[in-house]
Amino acid sequence: MSVSQHIISILVENKFGVLSRVAGLFSGRGFNIDSISVGPSVEPSTSQITVVTKGDERIIEQITKQLNKLIDVIKVVDLAEKDYLVRETALIKINTSRAEDRSEALRITEIFRARVVDSTPVTYTVEITGDENKIDAIINLLRPLGIKEIVRTGKIAIAREDVKVPAMLEVKRVRA
Amino acid sequence: MKISGAEILIESLKKEGVDTVFGIPGGVVLQIFDVLYNEKDIRFILNRHEQGSTHAADGYARATGKTGVALVTSGPGATNTVTGIATAHMDSIPLVVITGQVATKMIGNDAFQEADIVGITRPCTKYNFLVKDVNDLARTIKEAFYIAKTGRPGPVLIDVPKDVSSARTDFLYPEKISLRSYNPTYYGNKWQIKQAAQAIARSKRPVIYAGGGVILSNAHKELREMAEFNRIHVTLTLMGLGGFPGTHPLFLGMLGMHGTYAANMAIHESDLVIAIGARFDDRVTGKVTEFAPRAKFIHIDIDPTNIRKNIHVDIPIVGDVRNVLIELNKELRILEEQKTDWNADRKPWHAQIRDWEDEHPLSYKKNTKKIKPQYVIEKVYELTGGDAIVSTDVGQHQMWVAQFFKFDQPRTCLTSGGLGTMGFGLPAALGAQAAYPDKMVFNFAGDGSFQMNSQEIATAVANNLPVKVAILNNGSLGMVRQWQELFFNRHYSGSILGNTPDYVKLAEAYGAVGLRAVTSSEVEAVIKEAISIKRPVIIDFVVEPEENVYPMVPAGGGNCDMIFAPEEKEKSGKDAKRRKVKKNSILLA
Repeated sequence: MSVSQHIISILVENKFGVLSRVAGLFSGRGFNIDSISVGPSVEPSTSQITVVTKGDERIIEQITKQLNKLIDVIKVVDLAEKDYLVRETALIKINTSRAEDRSEALRITEIFRARVVDSTPVTYTVEITGDENKIDAIINLLRPLGIKEIVRTGKIAIAREDVKVPAMLEVKRVRA
Repeated sequence: MKISGAEILIESLKKEGVDTVFGIPGGVVLQIFDVLYNEKDIRFILNRHEQGSTHAADGYARATGKTGVALVTSGPGATNTVTGIATAHMDSIPLVVITGQVATKMIGNDAFQEADIVGITRPCTKYNFLVKDVNDLARTIKEAFYIAKTGRPGPVLIDVPKDVSSARTDFLYPEKISLRSYNPTYYGNKWQIKQAAQAIARSKRPVIYAGGGVILSNAHKELREMAEFNRIHVTLTLMGLGGFPGTHPLFLGMLGMHGTYAANMAIHESDLVIAIGARFDDRVTGKVTEFAPRAKFIHIDIDPTNIRKNIHVDIPIVGDVRNVLIELNKELRILEEQKTDWNADRKPWHAQIRDWEDEHPLSYKKNTKKIKPQYVIEKVYELTGGDAIVSTDVGQHQMWVAQFFKFDQPRTCLTSGGLGTMGFGLPAALGAQAAYPDKMVFNFAGDGSFQMNSQEIATAVANNLPVKVAILNNGSLGMVRQWQELFFNRHYSGSILGNTPDYVKLAEAYGAVGLRAVTSSEVEAVIKEAISIKRPVIIDFVVEPEENVYPMVPAGGGNCDMIFAPEEKEKSGKDAKRRKVKKNSILLA
């Protein structure tokens, strides 16, 4: 069975200790977490956790079942089975003590449709949102200027709304 | 009318029908114990160690099917319960463990006797709670009992800070409760059940492999019905013992590492394994790829995570074992009416199983002088007429009990199967005895295991719990010694106990009765005497120290590669040729 990356979306009760239960499940059973992000969901009493994990079919099946078994977990969706959008945000602080670095930084920022959100005489802080490849790409281009700090949110993802189309017209949608 | 958190707690326990609580008091639970002081409806049993409290509550739960309750203080009181909680968790036993906690404003301050017990027990409880507000207390207790007992049962811990016990509020106990995130599946998928019935009807070499789930869901009658009218042999896991009568002609004995030859061979050659409330533990399957290599699998379990965890399953059915078996039996009856006698197809299979049973029955070499541990177990079985609740510790004696004590009734075999907790047996026996004061309760212990919770003799004496402890004293940690003998060049590293106490004097020091047998001829009289005494009795059986548990599947081996006792080996060599021929004939059948 081949190992592949899965994004698992978990709706949980918004109570203290829930994140620890979810994270503990992964560490306790030797499952892998590539990234995890948490935030409030539609209802204030719930939170949405997005976990990026790797594993073969059997491991992913165990992960989703074990997550479902946690008392505080309301719903588990393995987005790999669906069409979904995925985004990640990064804040990148770069060295811009030389004037030519500043213009280079602005140029790169523009190409990637990123934004400079803070600046000091010697630094720019760039905010970028996109998929993993886009963020990796801008980091690679900014690296020669001297990156001081990177903070990434980890992936968040959402399933695309199911569009009811007649079976004949149904085409496989391309993933973002 | 406003009442205190402590009063709410005790009232809530009464609402849940709790009649017995095991535990030890301490600083932060004094409020609660003060309420217990005048409480007539709840019997409090004071243990001598909190591990004993959780094991006793566990034994009570296993014997009765009700939820066991333990009440202890914060810090060390709470951390001492952890082994007991983990034991119950592995075996799916419903417990509610109430721990005191330092006052809410002190939490996180490294206060005296503070421990983050909710954090510590998170991975070994089904769920746990820290109650921060007295207004949440009653609902939390309701939820705790609900979660512990429903679905796949398990231990739930409630951490109650001192100020929550003393704060006052109105007492409103919820009648019903539902949790949107917790909805166990009780009824199996109908289509899957039909598939299973058809697979069973088609099978020529079926075997039922049943586990603790049969006992937890009270499905022993349905299991028996299924086995009998379909004429399917049954093998049980350690946790399943008692779920199908041990004396039944269709019973193959336990399977797995120390299972019977017939059970392991039947599984190995089977074309359909019907797994019921069992989870394909490594001690059962041995090498997974060699477990029932020719079989299809039906797996009935209430916990979906158990399905396809260790083994590929062809027909999974998630649901309560009893509900599923009721439906499955109905389907099978329908098929039986449509089809002519399908059992005719299975005649060669039944003959083959009989041959396996004859080939290597469970046996041991009798000795007229030295006491064989198996002999003690057989004698206790005989002299109690099998009408006893039996708890065990963990190790050789546990396997011998599983092999030689024929459990006919569910909830009579109390043993730590999953975690394998030495020191479980005595406190578990106390729990069972507290629930059934008039029943004969035997604890088989090794001398190693016994010493891990021997302080509980004091609990037995003080609370008038007349358990009988049969120590099979071989002066060593016998199972470890056996592995070292077989696989580590007889390097008995750390497994010989050396100086051990005089168990008769120890019993007497505690105010219990101490008896001893050193030769085979003394065994019967000593057991009879113990049975006749209405007080706790400790019997020191000085047994043959080098006796090993056979048959045995070496760790990581396939179940068909069993090691037999040296005297059996010769016999199996002679039979090898015959067996090969038979194997082929069955495969052709």
